[in-house]
Amino acid sequence: MAQMIIDTANHIAGYAAKAARVKVVAAYPITPQTTIVEKIAEFVESGKMDIEYIRVESEHSAMVACIGAAAAGVRTFTATSSHGLALMHEALHWASGSRLPIVMAVVNRAMGAPWSIWPDFSDSLSQRDTGWMQFYCADNQEVFDTIIQAYKLCEDERVFLPAMVCLEGFILSHTYMPVKIPEQKKVDDFLPPYKSGWILDINRPFSHSNLVSPEWYMEFRYMIQEAMENAKRLIPVIDKEYGETFGFEHGGLVERYKCEDADLILLTMGTMGSEAKIAVENLRKDGLKVGSARVRVFRPFPTEEIVKLAKEAQMFAAIDRHISFGMEGFLATEIKASLLNQKDPPLVAGFIAGLGGRDVTFDTIGKIAKKSLKWMHGGKVEKETEWVDLRE
Amino acid sequence: MVTIKELPKEEYLLKGHAACAGCGTAISLRLLFKALGNKIVLVVPACCTTVIQGPYPYTSFVVPLQNILFESTAAAASGIVAALRQRNLKGITVVGWAGDGGTVDIGIQALSGAAERETDFIYICYDNEAYGNTGMQRSGATPYGAWTTTTPSGKRERKKDMPLIMAAHRIPYVATACPSYPIDLVNKLRKAKEIKGTKYIHILAPCPTGWRYDTSKTVELGRLAVQTGLWALFEIEYGKFKLNPPSDRLIDKTKRKPVKEYLTLQGRFRSLTEEDAERIQKWVDEDWDKYRKLASNSTSDFAPYGKI
Repeated sequence: MAQMIIDTANHIAGYAAKAARVKVVAAYPITPQTTIVEKIAEFVESGKMDIEYIRVESEHSAMVACIGAAAAGVRTFTATSSHGLALMHEALHWASGSRLPIVMAVVNRAMGAPWSIWPDFSDSLSQRDTGWMQFYCADNQEVFDTIIQAYKLCEDERVFLPAMVCLEGFILSHTYMPVKIPEQKKVDDFLPPYKSGWILDINRPFSHSNLVSPEWYMEFRYMIQEAMENAKRLIPVIDKEYGETFGFEHGGLVERYKCEDADLILLTMGTMGSEAKIAVENLRKDGLKVGSARVRVFRPFPTEEIVKLAKEAQMFAAIDRHISFGMEGFLATEIKASLLNQKDPPLVAGFIAGLGGRDVTFDTIGKIAKKSLKWMHGGKVEKETEWVDLRE
Repeated sequence: MVTIKELPKEEYLLKGHAACAGCGTAISLRLLFKALGNKIVLVVPACCTTVIQGPYPYTSFVVPLQNILFESTAAAASGIVAALRQRNLKGITVVGWAGDGGTVDIGIQALSGAAERETDFIYICYDNEAYGNTGMQRSGATPYGAWTTTTPSGKRERKKDMPLIMAAHRIPYVATACPSYPIDLVNKLRKAKEIKGTKYIHILAPCPTGWRYDTSKTVELGRLAVQTGLWALFEIEYGKFKLNPPSDRLIDKTKRKPVKEYLTLQGRFRSLTEEDAERIQKWVDEDWDKYRKLASNSTSDFAPYGKI
């Protein structure tokens, strides 16, 4: 029987790992991820999860232990945040380069210095080029559903890549919401037993990831790029199939809301997407034609979806909970890059908001929309990157 | 106890591997496979063995090998051990095989963690006393006075005592070895295979390229390291310290050859002063006071805590 529970997104991530029947979890505590590993510990000690739970001595070892376990033939899970993810950086490359289908929950938290425990996307977006797929969730149900979907995607033979399922610290991680946990048998039917492209096997010995000369290295990289392109096609298919099976769909690559007739489209990631929907409702009451497009998958980047949206609107406002110092937010950059070779693309304004956990409410987004509409009517983006609610 | 004639004829280290001529590590690898057979999974970080195994799409080993990041041999092994247990695959030994830099420096955290978690695997440090793969830079295992490319006038600090650091983790088995004593090495590997928990074996692997001696003298150099007492062959089994032949006869100072016999054969010690050599001799003698005490203790500070 499916079960409706009210719990935090972190605990829900633990439920998802359990439902996915992971066999090895290797993890290290860090705020605000910690309650995920605590929930898993509770499941293990109460006999609800029969797994190997490796309480490693660092995040670097957490990722490498997952690599070892996945290479030795089992489904693995881990979770981290912020500096923990940064410490893993080297191992993230090794996981994707090894084509191992590891799934990791990333509870987004700002990077220091100075210390911050509150959310922004600077941790996961700094890992943009590691060859990991990246999902960003807007609510607790989506956290559960995306973890299950991610295993299905990662273990598809056309993909064989790892994925991060990102959720903002505190905004989701520690917030209680009702979530439907599906019947285990249905999850098992949707998600077959672990599959990977290769395995450490004494009957078929070979050296994995040994030295590759320039004559071969580029081909290995090209195969990762191909896998990303395949993933881009598969994500909406898997999301749809999941929706048909379990009743929840999350928009595939980009969750659209009232974009069809919109002059202005607000592009966001994560929970800002939920706030953007409310903002759209309010703005439409005032007769303003605004829509919301929440970029759910940042890698592979949904270029084609962005191009499609561009045909419907005159103006894009990209709201980044992130800054690439010396440039702008990555979402703005990727959107502009996607549109570069298109005919008559919309104007694109970039907004930096919510760094280090500052609230981004529907009011904040409403203000962003109004400023964008003003620029749209003037036919010119007056400021390439606007920092929202910045102290004077 | 095996004899040389009883060693298996099978070669799991194939011809055409890419080790330097006279490589002490290559001899050790050959013995590793002869001792443990091919039902092992090998975990190798960045080190000389990255090169020795050969480049893609070839390999000179007949066992599955997971190449892994420099500092993370023991972490990868932890994951593999966990997965094999979940799959209920028995009779496969997981072996971490790392150099001295990858063990005593950058890899010590992951190794310490795996030992504290009582991970069931064998960790082997093959120690050529420098970062050999990158062209001989000093490591925590480089001995006092040795030339390396980053200590051109000789290292001024002493070698880190990694075997006793591992013994302080109270793991069930710690041993030292040297490929110049192949039977001792094979026996220790086979013993380690039968013990449950974390096993640590530290092999002194002479390196003609880095130590600057003739490639024909690797076995002789290893023997001299042991005979001078600079490298003691011992094992600590469930906390009990025991010197192995021929080191067991060297507690008596007069039985040990002078360290100079070992030092003068190597170019890396060329700039050593008379005073340096005396200092090294004095330290060796002090080390042997320590070994004598350890060998005479009936109880040990290194005994595993055991299950509570």
